[in-house]
Amino acid sequence: MAGIDYSQKIPNNVDLKSDRRLQRALESWQPDYIDWWKSMGPTDFNEKDIYLRTAVSVDREGWAHFDYVAMPDYRWGIFLTPQEADRKIGFGDHYGEDAWEQVPGEHRNALRRLIVTQADTEPASVEQQRLLGHTAPSLYDLRNLFQVNVEEGRHLWAMVYVLQAHFGRDGREEADELLERRSGNADHPRILGTFNEPCEDWLSFFCFTMFTDRDGKFQLLALAESAFTPLARTCRFMLTEEAHHLFVGQTGVGRVIQRTCQVMNEFPDADVTEHGAIPLDLIQRYINFWVSSSNDLYGGEVSTNASNFFRSGLKGRAYEEKREEHTAIEGHYNMDIFESGVFTNTDVPLRNAMNEVLRDDYIADNEKGIVYWNKITAKHNIDFQFALPHRRFNRRVGMYAGSPFSLTGDLISQVDWNAKAENEWLPTIADREYVQTLMKPSLEAGKYAGWIAPPAKGLNGKEIDFEYVKL
Amino acid sequence: MSTATLPALTFQTSPSAYRHWSLTVDGDIARLSMNVDGAGGLFEHYELKLNSYDLGVDIELNDAIERITFEHPAVRCVVLTSDAEKVFCAGANINMLNTSSHAWKVNFCKYTNETRLYIEDASLNSNKRFLAALNGTASGGGYELALACDEILLVDDRNSAVSFPELPLLGVLPGTGGLTRIVDKRLIRRDLCDAFSAVAEGIKGKRAVDWNLVDAVSPLSKWDETVATMSRRMADELPDRGDVKGIQMKTISRTETESGFAWKYVTLDLGPEERVAHLTLSLPSEVGVTDPAAIEALGCEWWIFRMFRELNLALLELRVLQPETGLVMTRVVGDINVALGIDEVLENSTNNWFLHEVSHFLKRMLKRYENTAKSFYAVIDEGTAFAGTFFELALAGDRQYLLCDPDVPVQIGLSNANSGRSPMANGLTRLETRFLGNPEKVGEALAHRGAIDSELANELCLVTFAPDDIDWEDELRIAIEERASFSPDGLTGMESNLRFAGPETMETKIFGRLSAWQNWIFQRPNAVGVRGALKCYGTPQAPEFDYTRT
Repeated sequence: MAGIDYSQKIPNNVDLKSDRRLQRALESWQPDYIDWWKSMGPTDFNEKDIYLRTAVSVDREGWAHFDYVAMPDYRWGIFLTPQEADRKIGFGDHYGEDAWEQVPGEHRNALRRLIVTQADTEPASVEQQRLLGHTAPSLYDLRNLFQVNVEEGRHLWAMVYVLQAHFGRDGREEADELLERRSGNADHPRILGTFNEPCEDWLSFFCFTMFTDRDGKFQLLALAESAFTPLARTCRFMLTEEAHHLFVGQTGVGRVIQRTCQVMNEFPDADVTEHGAIPLDLIQRYINFWVSSSNDLYGGEVSTNASNFFRSGLKGRAYEEKREEHTAIEGHYNMDIFESGVFTNTDVPLRNAMNEVLRDDYIADNEKGIVYWNKITAKHNIDFQFALPHRRFNRRVGMYAGSPFSLTGDLISQVDWNAKAENEWLPTIADREYVQTLMKPSLEAGKYAGWIAPPAKGLNGKEIDFEYVKL
Repeated sequence: MSTATLPALTFQTSPSAYRHWSLTVDGDIARLSMNVDGAGGLFEHYELKLNSYDLGVDIELNDAIERITFEHPAVRCVVLTSDAEKVFCAGANINMLNTSSHAWKVNFCKYTNETRLYIEDASLNSNKRFLAALNGTASGGGYELALACDEILLVDDRNSAVSFPELPLLGVLPGTGGLTRIVDKRLIRRDLCDAFSAVAEGIKGKRAVDWNLVDAVSPLSKWDETVATMSRRMADELPDRGDVKGIQMKTISRTETESGFAWKYVTLDLGPEERVAHLTLSLPSEVGVTDPAAIEALGCEWWIFRMFRELNLALLELRVLQPETGLVMTRVVGDINVALGIDEVLENSTNNWFLHEVSHFLKRMLKRYENTAKSFYAVIDEGTAFAGTFFELALAGDRQYLLCDPDVPVQIGLSNANSGRSPMANGLTRLETRFLGNPEKVGEALAHRGAIDSELANELCLVTFAPDDIDWEDELRIAIEERASFSPDGLTGMESNLRFAGPETMETKIFGRLSAWQNWIFQRPNAVGVRGALKCYGTPQAPEFDYTRT
């Protein structure tokens, strides 16, 4: 069961060949996907051999198989974690009942919307990152970028499989539209705002994989709890791949910090920009931007949809099994509701606060990254502390949207906001221009651009000067 | 809901005071854009998210439509759109519906329905076309608003849709004409309507066009251009009214009397009998200016126009703020020649835009009168002048009491106003509807244009009861007391059945069929019981239905 059938046009562990209808649907979607990849993926590197990991089985040992492969030949396929016998619903009104192998009619539309919203983020990030290959700081980083890209592509496959297998004609149309929307396109943008933000430099890429992909992790954790087993199983497997993306982000930003610290120590009286490093306060501004934008992805603080999704068993909480009570019908979430400029302390029914519950987990996880980075500055005896911006800062979604909150979450005047936000708190035009000047390719094995430190060790036991991409 | 919590509800506003809309006019194209102030609801316990609306938002919309008609007569196309990002309008606010009394909900829906119909009336009669430019999702009442427009353009961003989520999400109906308009106005196949009404997220893009839910879609990059081209084309399809200047619509003030309210021409007296109101329209002593240019110069002070605007405010006061009033005794007092004279002025000036618009305004107010859930008796006694347009008011009510005594001179009067100028919602005149069983009586009555003595009026079957001076007071007392003793719900149901005899139109279906069903559903435990869908919406609980079909 765990083995992947690579003899098929579409590698899979779901016995696709015995479902002719689904096989036909996916095979007709496949060429469109390849066309999309060729026009919107990292096109200019399609011919190159890249040291990528591919899943050969969904077992612990088999899912990370490394070898050189040209990206369009990457075996995108459909992998689900093994079927759990006698699976029960873990939360909501149907807690303890048998989980669903088929979509219940009453939840079909809501479930489809959830899946499409998640699925839409996968190709979006490939589009956002498609030109970064030209300015990679090393072969190691270039390879990581492409690994992230092909796996986001596979995540799209994973979601499309669920749509095509379980949502009929509507599902097939949605699958087509996933290839039609485009990140940042004025006419048919990606659904969520963050996935339309330009990601034009590597510092943005590292922040994106650190903070925005981490949203993906928590959304997948919540969907992996779903009463709808095919969705739960596919999300569960996606999580194994997502971990590497977060690693790329956290260590990527960390290596930029490390390099700046080294330059600061080497030239204590100089401006680090004179020596091609990225100032720590500039990095903090990038963090502020990507954290606030990613905070929006959880949706409104008080949400009827979130309540409905939880209640019906469509979307749970991360690590539901670790919680004591699973229906969440009686609990409350104490929240300062912000409305018309005033805070009111309110006990919100817990189900309606599920977005906030998930955001809490996300913020706690982000904090760990901040601690990791502050250890780097401390190790270099640099007196600089990174900090997460408050969840109220710079929001466009939810009750804080559009209101002037400082980095520490204090309500300030619009005048103060205007003065601070553009110059101190968020990346300035000068910041972006400076980072752009550093974006020069460094593509010789073992060479690393001057604004980033080499990694502590290579991938899959290889050295850091290994030829991760054959150019 | 206590009416005491509504001191600021006046039903009058002006663009400078709008909180939820903005109106700009550029030549013959007006842009009416929705951007609802979330904190600007009439009550504090709900927030108007995502361009959702309550009565206050609709009062502004109604004001804007009226102003476009009277202040900007040269406008030929009105673009209804939104300034909110990614959303056109999410319909009536759910929390508002959820927390409102049944009476409030019904009045709100009725007013909203009327405003939608005024848009369609302007399209039919006021040389205007309406373009719904949906720059984002239009759901529920938001899509119903779009359906009231002549054409619908939807943004094609692969995300924005039109939808009726009422059934799947709330267990109720789209209650402001939506279901009626998709089948009866846009003539969409009913099986497709059925499928559409069951998908909460709605239908977008090409399929929305294929199903005729919208007329066209446009990508964002061509949005402004498409809206401009469509609105230009729609405007050009209508005759150019040339260099007409509008009038200025001013706020009307009222004074509080000992037991009611007094405007310049209309008084509403809420005493002394319980639950009975006395509505009196007082004619001026003369017809006044008859020259259209001079009338236009008077603008909103022209007495017949002002009087019916006051009548409008009195009706809204009765409906919304005087819920316990059950019976309205209506009198029109003055010289019958003034009543007949003003009809002549209106009749002879159909090519003047202002008189034309006033005429349609009177028509709409007569319909609003008919659509008010109170019993109306016309009291035709000494000193009254129920003639022409004012006799329509008598016919619009439930009964006409005429004092018929040789010693007391009482007259009514008929004019062209009774032969088609103010059709009812069913498309017929009030006389035609009255005499459905004896159509020849319409002609018999209209043969007597001008003033008609009480005895002849009675013979022509133009009144219900015609007591003489001896019985008059007692008959009226008994009629009032009897009415006051009946179930108010039974009366509302009976009256709306009897008032709209004859053929059905989209309009009668909206009020008589859709609203009735909606109001029934709104009362049922499946919607508003402890575990009803409307009550559970937004809470952690799932609705629980009694699956018995009724």
